Amino acid sequence: MTEMVYGTVPVKPGEAVLPRWWRTVDRWSLSCILMLFGAGLLLGLAASPPLAERNGLAPFHYVQRQAFFGGMALIALFLTSMMSPVMVRRLSVLGFLVAFVALALLPFLGTDFGKGAVRWYGLGFASVQPSEFLKPLFVIVVAWMMAAAQDLGGPPGRLWSFFLMVAIVLMLAMQPDFGQAALVLFGWGVMWFVGGAPMLLLIGLAGLVVLGGTFAYSNSEHFARRIDGFLSPEVDPTTQLGYATNAIREGGFFGVGVGEGQVKWSLPDAHTDFIIAVAAEEYGLILVLVIIALYTTVVVRSLVRLMRERDPFIRLAGTGLCAMVGVQAMINMGVAVRLLPAKGMTLPFVSYGGSSLIATGIAVGMLLAFTRSRPQGEIGDILRGRGR
Amino acid sequence: MIRKPLRPLARILEARERGENPDAIERENRRLRHEDMRDRARSRAEGRLLMLAVMFFCAFSVIGARMGMLAASEPEEPRAQASGHSIIASRADIVDRRGRVLATNMETHSLYAHPQQMVEPERAARELARIFPDLEEERLLKDFSGDRKFLWVKRKLSPEQMQAVHDIGEPGLLFGPREMRLYPNGALASHVLGGAGFGREGVHSAEVVGTAGIEKFHDDLLRDPAREGAPLELSLDLSVQAAAERVLHAGMVMMNARGAASVLMDVQTGEIISIVSLPDFDPNDRPNPPTQGLPSDSPLFNRAVQGVYELGSTFKILTAAQAMDLGLVGPQTVIDTSPPFKVGGFRIGEFDNKNYGKATVEQIIVKSSNRGTGKMALAIGPTRQQEFLKSMGLFDPVPLEIVEARGGKPLIPQRWGDLSTVTISYGHGISTSPLHLAAAYAAIANGGILVKPTLLKQAGPVSGTRVMSPEAAEASRVMLRKVVTEGTASFAEVPGYHIGGKTGTADKPKEKGGGYYKDKVIATFAAIFPAHAPRYALVVTLDEPVETSGEKPRRTAGWTAVPVAAEMVTRIAPLLGLRPDYRDPLEQTLTSTSE
Repeated sequence: MTEMVYGTVPVKPGEAVLPRWWRTVDRWSLSCILMLFGAGLLLGLAASPPLAERNGLAPFHYVQRQAFFGGMALIALFLTSMMSPVMVRRLSVLGFLVAFVALALLPFLGTDFGKGAVRWYGLGFASVQPSEFLKPLFVIVVAWMMAAAQDLGGPPGRLWSFFLMVAIVLMLAMQPDFGQAALVLFGWGVMWFVGGAPMLLLIGLAGLVVLGGTFAYSNSEHFARRIDGFLSPEVDPTTQLGYATNAIREGGFFGVGVGEGQVKWSLPDAHTDFIIAVAAEEYGLILVLVIIALYTTVVVRSLVRLMRERDPFIRLAGTGLCAMVGVQAMINMGVAVRLLPAKGMTLPFVSYGGSSLIATGIAVGMLLAFTRSRPQGEIGDILRGRGR
Repeated sequence: MIRKPLRPLARILEARERGENPDAIERENRRLRHEDMRDRARSRAEGRLLMLAVMFFCAFSVIGARMGMLAASEPEEPRAQASGHSIIASRADIVDRRGRVLATNMETHSLYAHPQQMVEPERAARELARIFPDLEEERLLKDFSGDRKFLWVKRKLSPEQMQAVHDIGEPGLLFGPREMRLYPNGALASHVLGGAGFGREGVHSAEVVGTAGIEKFHDDLLRDPAREGAPLELSLDLSVQAAAERVLHAGMVMMNARGAASVLMDVQTGEIISIVSLPDFDPNDRPNPPTQGLPSDSPLFNRAVQGVYELGSTFKILTAAQAMDLGLVGPQTVIDTSPPFKVGGFRIGEFDNKNYGKATVEQIIVKSSNRGTGKMALAIGPTRQQEFLKSMGLFDPVPLEIVEARGGKPLIPQRWGDLSTVTISYGHGISTSPLHLAAAYAAIANGGILVKPTLLKQAGPVSGTRVMSPEAAEASRVMLRKVVTEGTASFAEVPGYHIGGKTGTADKPKEKGGGYYKDKVIATFAAIFPAHAPRYALVVTLDEPVETSGEKPRRTAGWTAVPVAAEMVTRIAPLLGLRPDYRDPLEQTLTSTSE
């Protein structure tokens, strides 16, 4: 009767957003990421006062900024992780167009902040590095193209994404920002690999990378100097690497104690590229191993969850994001322990830097959105498989 | 691969018969194929994702392990100090044959600056300029106030200077330990030792590398860590070297010579007991190579090794020895030395246009007859003469263990005809170093065996190649002794030491070619002693000597080089442990040969 009079109560299809999110999201990875944010703030407290002092600011100026950007990054992370994959894809493609144009316009409108590479837009209160945002969005676009290519009669997405990748890599290399270029190249390569690249072509690509590296080595002094520094057997203790290595040694297993570290006073990049050295010196091997374990958990868990994913787009996009974050962390720490040649690359979540932080937040939010549990038709697969 | 067609004809026809839409069949097949493809892509991706996950896990584990290893290792050195550990700073000492130090190392410090760490650059610059008068305050201030992070201020500091710099109290001025090469004897044997400088430099240490002489020749040996600092033992005798240098210097001054050289060599082992070239230099403060003038006028020039001169009549004994070795003549064979004697249209003359008439070979040597020697050389012929001189090592640089030895390449005529044969027989037309001559005389002295001159101490007699018969060598020795007792080198008679030798006075060729100077000579005395049982060969050469005590200036070797050599033997023979012997040497020669 009531329904006849007042109309039917509108019934929501499915669950409410938050409970469903909480039920399906990868809570282990989420907590690992939150802990990494926490570690970033903690290390920011240790590493950034010298920088603030050099720039004549309050000692915790950079910590406050980091907390502010961290908050924004967390909001972005949560919002993104609640979106559906289709929503993520649509927004990302739009965002990608913006970031791509921004990157292309950098040589004309960007600034270099006296660091020798035009990578930023100065916005007064903050600076934005479009390439940081471009990376995750690029991954989504490539995943979209590659997934579409897997459909019968679909577009040649792999070829398109390849040309897109080449264009972006060239633009980044011109800045020059070989680190980001390598990341973009690597992300595309991983997606291509998971998307079913023939092994022969993969080997060819590896050869191409080697060739490109050689070319960069012989033509860019910036690049050659870093490689030379890596190849020389003894590390000059007056270089950043030398300071970092010594800091790790000084720290030992339990560190020299909070606030007792010295390396942050000598390293100009202590709060970004070499923050792991600060961590190792003040808190010792313990904290470093915890940080490494957190990254490993996020990356490996995400990849294992993506293994069960049957949607090609989600699988590819998730893989690309996960690999990029993982490799960035790996390169940053690998440089500090001299396993890799010196390359300025931030430690995701932990290093100071607004663009980097928010972009990583968005990237990981998207990753969490893709790794959410969703029906994969497992029983159906099994039955179908048996039925054959 | 067999692909199922999307529109199998049989089913299409069947459907058409039943009146169904055949497109449904295509859609159905398309869906099936799509699902199949997806399944395959998915299983492939599954494997590859697992691979990726494992790779990431391994990479992170490696980084963690490496972190652990780094953390477990001790910090090797305090930071902000350079890693100089790869620079091996140790360098072995050089000692003489009795273990007396010729070159050693001294601990010192270098001074460098880190301008970025300076508190008061102005004061530091002012104080440094006060301590080191050779530094300019403006220059230092410019360096200290610029962007430079590092600069060397001084390579070597004395302890007093170091204390004074320390007292400035400037944290940006830092000291690095250094080893510096020290030659405690100053200029003594400077041409042998050469000198050393810094090679690769680090803050913590610097390589000391040889820059000349035996320091450079045996650089690797001296720096070889496997030798554990064992000193390099030279054949030189420090006291003999000192005495020889003093006598030679005094002689050079007395004879108004531009330069002088002497070589003293053990005729059995080839060991160089002393080798002197004047003027010399202090290897502790090695002068820069000259930028103008002749390089041979520089103190760095080693006249005894690098200097090649026409050594004149000292070569006559080589001609006589070869002629006797070949059996062409004996000591008493008579040769007509009266003019005219023309070879290739040139008239061969004698010193002061003398005429010795018919003379024996012995007299030819004693009187130093050009014509007599030339006739013997013609009998030998150019080919055999060349072979002999080459076997005596007179065509190649002496392989002495100093880098400069390579520069002492003899000058020999390109066309070696009869005229060359005759002039070379009395030492003109061929330029060799005094060291070459000493080696040749040593071969005569030891009975006809050429030994290699060496600067390294030898354990015992060394083997060499035989270049002439013992009999020819013996006869030559007797002649050399007679030159002193009866001939041109009468000033060389030192009682008890029985010197034998041959003088040589050669007109200096003009530097720009075109003949010889009339009043510039190279006076040489090549000697062996004691003549009856020679143990040492000595060559003394004076460059442009002139002896002015007489009525007219005298330049012949008999008046210049010979007295200097005699004085030298007087001084060094006791140092060498030779007992003076006052019996008649010729008699002894006879008894020693009859034994």
